[in-house]
Amino acid sequence: MRAPSAFLWQVTKLLATLALTFIGLLLVTFLIGRIVPVDPVLAVVGDRASQSVYDKAYIELGLDKPLYEQFWIYMTKMVTGDLGQSFLTKKDIADDILRVFPATLELATVGILIGTVLGLPLGVLAAVKKGKLADQLVRVLGLVGYSAPIFWLGLLGLLVFYAKLGWVAGPGRIDIGYEYSVTQTTGLLLIDSAMQGQWDAFRNVVSHIILPASLLGYFSMAYISRMTRSFMLNELAQEYITTARVKGVPEWRIIWIHALRNAAVPLVTVIALSYASLLEGSVLTETVFAWPGLGQYLTNSLQNADMNAVLGGTMVIGVIFVGLNLLSDLLYTLLDPRVRRRG
Amino acid sequence: MSMTESSRREWLLTDHPASRRQARLGQMYRTWLTFRQNRLAMVGLGIVVLLVLVAIFADLIAPYDPLISGDLRTARLLPPSWNHPMGTDEQARDIFSRVVYGSRLTLMVVALVAIIATPIGLLVGTTAGYFGGWVDIILMRITDIFLAFPRLILALAFVAALGPGIENAIIAIAITSWPPYARLARAETLTIRDTDYIAAIRLQGASSARIISGHVVPLCLSSVIIRVTLDMAGIILTAAGLGFLGLGAQPPQPEWGAMIAAGRRFLIDFWWVATMPGIAIFAVSLGFNLLGDGLRDVLDPKGRG
Amino acid sequence: MTDLLTVQNLRIAFPSRHGPVEVVRGVSFAMGKERLGIVGESGSGKSLTGRAILGLTPPPGKATAEKLEFDGIDLREATRSQWHDIRGERISMVMQDPKFSLNPVMTIGRQLMETYRTHRRSTRAEAHERGLEMLNAVQIRDPDRVMNAYPHELSGGMGQRAMIAMMLVTEPELLIADEPTSALDVTVQIEVLRILDRLVSDRGMGLIFISHDLRLVSSFCDRVLVMYAGQVVEEVKATDLANASHPYTKGLFNCLPRIEGGQRPLPILERDADWAL
Repeated sequence: MRAPSAFLWQVTKLLATLALTFIGLLLVTFLIGRIVPVDPVLAVVGDRASQSVYDKAYIELGLDKPLYEQFWIYMTKMVTGDLGQSFLTKKDIADDILRVFPATLELATVGILIGTVLGLPLGVLAAVKKGKLADQLVRVLGLVGYSAPIFWLGLLGLLVFYAKLGWVAGPGRIDIGYEYSVTQTTGLLLIDSAMQGQWDAFRNVVSHIILPASLLGYFSMAYISRMTRSFMLNELAQEYITTARVKGVPEWRIIWIHALRNAAVPLVTVIALSYASLLEGSVLTETVFAWPGLGQYLTNSLQNADMNAVLGGTMVIGVIFVGLNLLSDLLYTLLDPRVRRRG
Repeated sequence: MSMTESSRREWLLTDHPASRRQARLGQMYRTWLTFRQNRLAMVGLGIVVLLVLVAIFADLIAPYDPLISGDLRTARLLPPSWNHPMGTDEQARDIFSRVVYGSRLTLMVVALVAIIATPIGLLVGTTAGYFGGWVDIILMRITDIFLAFPRLILALAFVAALGPGIENAIIAIAITSWPPYARLARAETLTIRDTDYIAAIRLQGASSARIISGHVVPLCLSSVIIRVTLDMAGIILTAAGLGFLGLGAQPPQPEWGAMIAAGRRFLIDFWWVATMPGIAIFAVSLGFNLLGDGLRDVLDPKGRG
Repeated sequence: MTDLLTVQNLRIAFPSRHGPVEVVRGVSFAMGKERLGIVGESGSGKSLTGRAILGLTPPPGKATAEKLEFDGIDLREATRSQWHDIRGERISMVMQDPKFSLNPVMTIGRQLMETYRTHRRSTRAEAHERGLEMLNAVQIRDPDRVMNAYPHELSGGMGQRAMIAMMLVTEPELLIADEPTSALDVTVQIEVLRILDRLVSDRGMGLIFISHDLRLVSSFCDRVLVMYAGQVVEEVKATDLANASHPYTKGLFNCLPRIEGGQRPLPILERDADWAL
């Protein structure tokens, strides 16, 4: 019965790392908040406030306390989910972020689905046809994905597929006509509209999401196909592949069952990481497509020097990033029988 | 003439080098021969060389001034033509000239980020690896924390705090770039820390600082530099992204990302304004990517397969 | 005795910067349902010879031969479906190290049943039944547990027995054993060999036993091919090894430690550049 304790130990270690990383994230955002040249008091009271009002706000914000105490206050607030108030909307930043997050989640999820569905087979193909034309094509396709600025491709996409060809709907998540007919329960419009049986609205949502999601999908495809290729090449050179060939196992089974099943173990990490990096890509993509998600919230706040909101958003994205890393570690444990301990 | 060339080639490729210098040069020559066979990588090298040349000779290449407006009544938003190969923008400036001068900004960003981030990464990584123990744990935790943020987002937050502008964008990108170099330098340091020659130097009474700067850093340098080269395309894209969001170079500087942002308003009717600088970004980062890919193939044949 | 397998002038070459380099240089032999040993030091080309018979020369290597025939089938020209009928069904191979030669993320049972179901139309239950029988035949005591185990959960000896079970479940006519015990502990080696020995005799299979261990081969096989630098330098009956004519074989033989009377100084295996010509 040593097995479960080993697993527990692993989880404890992960959680300790997580807590440390979280405190580190907080420290970084806190320090960034301190180096802002903008006077946080003025941002609250406005620059015409009298000295007494100013002093009161100064103490309310805790700026008279020593730095470590300020950090402690900041940390306890953050842990309880209090990200402070937005200078701009005068609302709680946590509420703001909760409101916009589903849009980003939906976009990134559709993106990663597209990226995985395309990237995985292309990577396998490239590995099997190593050095041949197909391999080169996949490689170039991936390199183009690595090299093109996403906001620029987005603009070109809008120009061609929306403005010129009219194949897809333009910026935004949904046409105004449908916006109020779909009740938002999950906040994911694809799911909400489908569950309410509003197929016109659903089609409209699809037509809006397809372009930005394909774009994000293309970028994750570049990464996923490249890593799949490299993992598959590694697996295909292993001795157990020869064993399978000796057994007379058909080639498709060797590739898709024997090799891919082994390559899948590290691939899970890759997919989780590229899912996280889509959050990053979403900042630029959402700006281009006027997508009302976390990325646009962040850039809006940036342009209005709303530092609290910027740091809150950064914090949230950092936490999600770390969370996805953790999740991929756990999945790794589940997928690899060599790591997993069967009780 | 051809005689001396072939004998030089022989001297380089000999199986029995007479000196260490000959062996090293021969190794470099062999690497170059393999690299040269990779056509895509050569294309990448060509693009990068072209970028450097264009940046150096921008004054000679650009037909117009990149900052001063042309005739606002007649020369605004002209489509590409012989006079203006990439058209003109909303202030009647020649886009081609702006793209040409923009190469200077791009090159400057890449170079400065490399110059700032590489030493930080080397210092943190070698120190952590050399001392081990608590120093290692603390430094690597800090590194991991920086890695925990997506790069662009962290750069955004820094620029937001420091204020927009190309200098701050460079600092922000550098701050977000060093962690992977630190990791790499640490890994390299760990492999050489316990070797006999380091022990010998230590016995001679050299201080830790001296050992790190004089013996550990030089050994880690080459792999870190390769890694930095591989990152250059990412640096260019991040810088362009910051520029696009209005956080990088400020108008009227001809920064490519900012030019796309400016052209966005006219996208549908005057497509070239946003498209042209994008092609430049794409070409340059593709060049760096192809070059990096080729380098990786040559220097780490096992890793790429 | 009719020939089951005929190999004539087998050559295997790998490309290099200075043109192709031959690592197997004209190997010829013919065998029936007998036990043929191939001995040689590492790099002598013995393993590649075994793989070339199954058409599994690792790329970028290229195998060519004047004749490569198994039971009348020209293996050089074999089609995909012919290979499917041969590999795993008529010729199998036990490989060196079960740590690497078993798929780490599939249970032993799945891998064992896969061989069977690739070649026999059968239900899962039948395949499972056959798998259990086969594990019994290689003297695994708790076959049910082993069926559900992953390779890393088995010891080397158990893994190799599972490997043998997997390769023999279809009752092939020829088994190639490529250093089947070299990766195992000495104590386990004998057991595994005994199991292999029994199965081969019971089923009347042909066996190609590849090893670097001359004594092992001579005690296990009827006939021995001695390979050196990609060539067969001597073919000799196992019982006649003591009278081998080639100096290399003699050298190998003299290097074997003997119980009766220690040799001082220990003999050194001498090589002559001429042998490789």
